[in-house]
Amino acid sequence: MKTFLLTFVFAVALNAQDGNVEKGKKIFLTVGCYECHGTVGQGTVAGARIGPPVLPVVGFLRYVRRPGGAMPAFTDKVLTDQDLTDVYAYLKSVPGVKAVKDIPLLNDLKAK
Amino acid sequence: MAKSKLPVGRRGFLKGTAAGAAALVASTPMAKAQTPARVATPLPGATQVAAETQPPARVEVYTTDRPGSDFMMDVIKTLNFEYCCANPGSSFRGLHESMVNYGKNKMPELITCCHEESSVAMAHGYAKIEGKPLMVMAHGTVGLQHASMAIYNAFADRVPVYIVLGNILDAQWRRTDVEWAHSVQDAAAMVRDFIKWDDNPVSLGHFAESAVKAYKIAMTPPYEPVVLVADAVLQEEPMPAADRRDARIPKLNLPSAPAGDAGAVQELAKMLVDAENPLILAGRVPRTPNGIKLLVELAETLQAPVQDRHFRMAFPNRHPLYGGGSIANADVILSLEVPDLWMATNAQTPINRMGMQSRRLTKEGAKIATISSMDLFGKANYQDFGRYAEVDLTIAADAEATLPSLIDACRKLITTDRKSAFAERGKKLAEAAKRQRDRDLDAAAFGWDASPVSTARVTMELWNQIQHEDWSLVSETFPFFSGWPLKLWDMNKPYHYIGGHGAYGVGYGAPAAVGAALANKKHGRVTVNIQCDGDLNYAPSVLWTAAHHSIPILNIMHNNRAYHQELMYLTDMAARANRGIDTALIGTGINNPNIDYAMMAKSYGMYSVGPIENPNDVGPAIKKAIEVVKKGEPALVDIVTQPR
Repeated sequence: MKTFLLTFVFAVALNAQDGNVEKGKKIFLTVGCYECHGTVGQGTVAGARIGPPVLPVVGFLRYVRRPGGAMPAFTDKVLTDQDLTDVYAYLKSVPGVKAVKDIPLLNDLKAK
Repeated sequence: MAKSKLPVGRRGFLKGTAAGAAALVASTPMAKAQTPARVATPLPGATQVAAETQPPARVEVYTTDRPGSDFMMDVIKTLNFEYCCANPGSSFRGLHESMVNYGKNKMPELITCCHEESSVAMAHGYAKIEGKPLMVMAHGTVGLQHASMAIYNAFADRVPVYIVLGNILDAQWRRTDVEWAHSVQDAAAMVRDFIKWDDNPVSLGHFAESAVKAYKIAMTPPYEPVVLVADAVLQEEPMPAADRRDARIPKLNLPSAPAGDAGAVQELAKMLVDAENPLILAGRVPRTPNGIKLLVELAETLQAPVQDRHFRMAFPNRHPLYGGGSIANADVILSLEVPDLWMATNAQTPINRMGMQSRRLTKEGAKIATISSMDLFGKANYQDFGRYAEVDLTIAADAEATLPSLIDACRKLITTDRKSAFAERGKKLAEAAKRQRDRDLDAAAFGWDASPVSTARVTMELWNQIQHEDWSLVSETFPFFSGWPLKLWDMNKPYHYIGGHGAYGVGYGAPAAVGAALANKKHGRVTVNIQCDGDLNYAPSVLWTAAHHSIPILNIMHNNRAYHQELMYLTDMAARANRGIDTALIGTGINNPNIDYAMMAKSYGMYSVGPIENPNDVGPAIKKAIEVVKKGEPALVDIVTQPR
C-alpha cells in the first residue's frame, strides 16, 4: 500500500513536469552521477549502466531515493524531484548503443 | 696518482682535501673574477718561493688498493642481479663506485632513479615479470623514508626486493652535519614491520654471509623484501688483511618451496572430487610460469570453475572454466594463496547508526579449504593480512608446490561416474562463460563514441594494435579501467598481467611498469602500461629513467583528471550528510589547470602525443607510439578518458 501511494505521488508530480535535457546534463556532470555511471550513463565497474534508462521515471526517482548496493541515497535535500527528472531527461537523450556487429573491433572478438 | 704504502684514515684524507679545496677555490676563474683588481702585483713571500723551488713535502694521500666495497661487489655478483636501481647517496658512494668501476657496471647494471620510491617499485614490477629480485641501494635514513611505501606495497604483494642501505654507524666517522643527519642506530627499524628479514653486518665476512642469507630468505615462499645495511666505513676503508686472507663468499642454495602434507592433500582431494559444485579461488598462485599450467590442470581434472582474483596472472581468461561458479552455490571452495578470503566469502553492510553487519555468503554446509604460504609467515602491526577466515581445512604450504600432488590425488579418486558428472559440469560452465563473454562485448559497446573516451574503447583500440605482438600488460586495470583488458583481451601467459600494488599505495603504477618493462626488454616484448594520472604525479621522473636507459614501454594515460576513487568517496560522504554533493572535486580533482602529460613526457625525453579527446584519434596515435616502442624506446599517449 505504501509503495502504491509513493508511486502515485511521484506519478502525479512527474506528470506535471517535463525534464530539461540541458539542465539534467549539467546536474549529472556536477553532482557525482557521472563518477560511477560514466558521462553518458554507459556504466562502469563502479556503477550500473543507466543511459538510456530502462526504468520509467517513477522507478528511477524511487531508486535514487532508496538505492540498493553501494550507491548512496540522494535525498530531496540535495536533489529535488525536478533535478532528478531533468537528469532522467538527459539520460533519455543519450544516443542508443551501437550493436556489436556494427563495431568492427568488437565484432572481430565475437567471432573468435 | 701515486699510492701510499700504508692506507691512511679518512681524517688524514680530510686534512689533505681541505687544503686542496682551499687552493682550488683560490685559483678558479670565478674566484679570480670576484677578487678586486690590484694596482700592483706583490712579490711572492718566502713560503711561496719555498713551495715552488723545494722538493714537495711528504703528504698523506688517501688511496685504497682494495676497498671493502669491492669485496661487497664480489658478494653481490654471486647473487646474479641484472640491475641495481638507485638514487645516488653519499652513504653508499663506495659501493656505487665499486659497482660501476670494479664491477664494470654489469650484473648488476646501475639504473638511475630520481626517487627511492621509484627504485623499489621498479624492483617490484621487475620481480613480477622475472620471478627474482632486483637490487636497490638507498640511504639508510632519508632514502629509506622515501622508499618505505613502495616496500610496504612489495611486502603486501609477496614480492622479493633486495635492498642495500648505506649508513655510518660509527659516530667518529661522521664528518658533517649531513652525515650526522643521514646516520641511524638501527636503519632497518623503520621498515621492519613490513620486510621479512634484515641485518646490519659489522665486518666484511659478516656482510658476505648475511648478503647470501638475505637473498635466500627473500626467495623462500612467501617471497618478501629484505634489507641489508652496508656500513659506509666497511665500504670505503681498505679490506683488512685478515679478511683478504680469510673472507669467503658462502654458496647460495635456494630451498625447495614447502609443499602440503600428504595426508591433508589426500583429504582435500576427496572433498574436491566428491563436490557437486566446487569453486577455486586463485590468488597469488603462480610463482613460476608452471603455476598457471598446474592450475589449469587442476581445474580441468575436476572441471571446476576458477575465479581469478587478479593479484597476478593465474588463469587464462578465455578458458571455458574461467570466472564461472559462485560463492553462494559452491559446496566446496578451494582458496589458493588468497589474502582476502574473508572478504571473498562474506558481505558487510553498514547499518544506519548501528555499526557494521556482516553475513557469510557461502551456503549452509559449504566447506572451505585453503592452501597458502601466508600461514607460514606473518607480522602483526600492519593489517594487510585481513580478517580471520573460518575454514574447514588449512594446508600451510606453497600452493604451486602443492598442486602436483593434489592433481595426482584427485586423479586417483575420480571414478567413471564422477568423470561423466564432471564433463556435464564442464559443459555448463563453458556455456556460461560464452554468455558472459557476449555480455561483456555488449557492455563494451556502450559509450563507444563518447568523449571523454570510454575505457572499453581505449582497451579495444590497444588490443587491435598489440594482439599480434608478444605483449605484456604491466598495470592494474581493475577497478581503475573497469577491468576491460581482463574481459576483452586474450590473456594466457604469465607476463600478460601482473596485477597491482599489493597495499594500494598510490605511486606504484608508473615505476613498477617501468621495472616490468626493464625485465621484458631482453625478451623483446611490447610492454603496455595503462597509467593512472594521479599515480604518475607521485614520481613522474621515472619517465626520464625509462628514456635515459632506453626502456621500451607504451604508456597509455588514463587521464580522468581526478583522484577518482577519493572523488567517489567524497560524493558518498556528502550524500550521506545531505549536503554539498557538488563540491567533491575540491581536494580530489587534478584539473584547473589540466596537466599536459604529453608535454611532461616530452620534457623527460620521451616520445609523446596528446591529449586526445576524440575517440577516433586513439587508434592511429597508439599505432604510431608502438612503432617507437618497437624500436626500443618509451612512448606516452595521453588520452582524456571516462572516469572508470
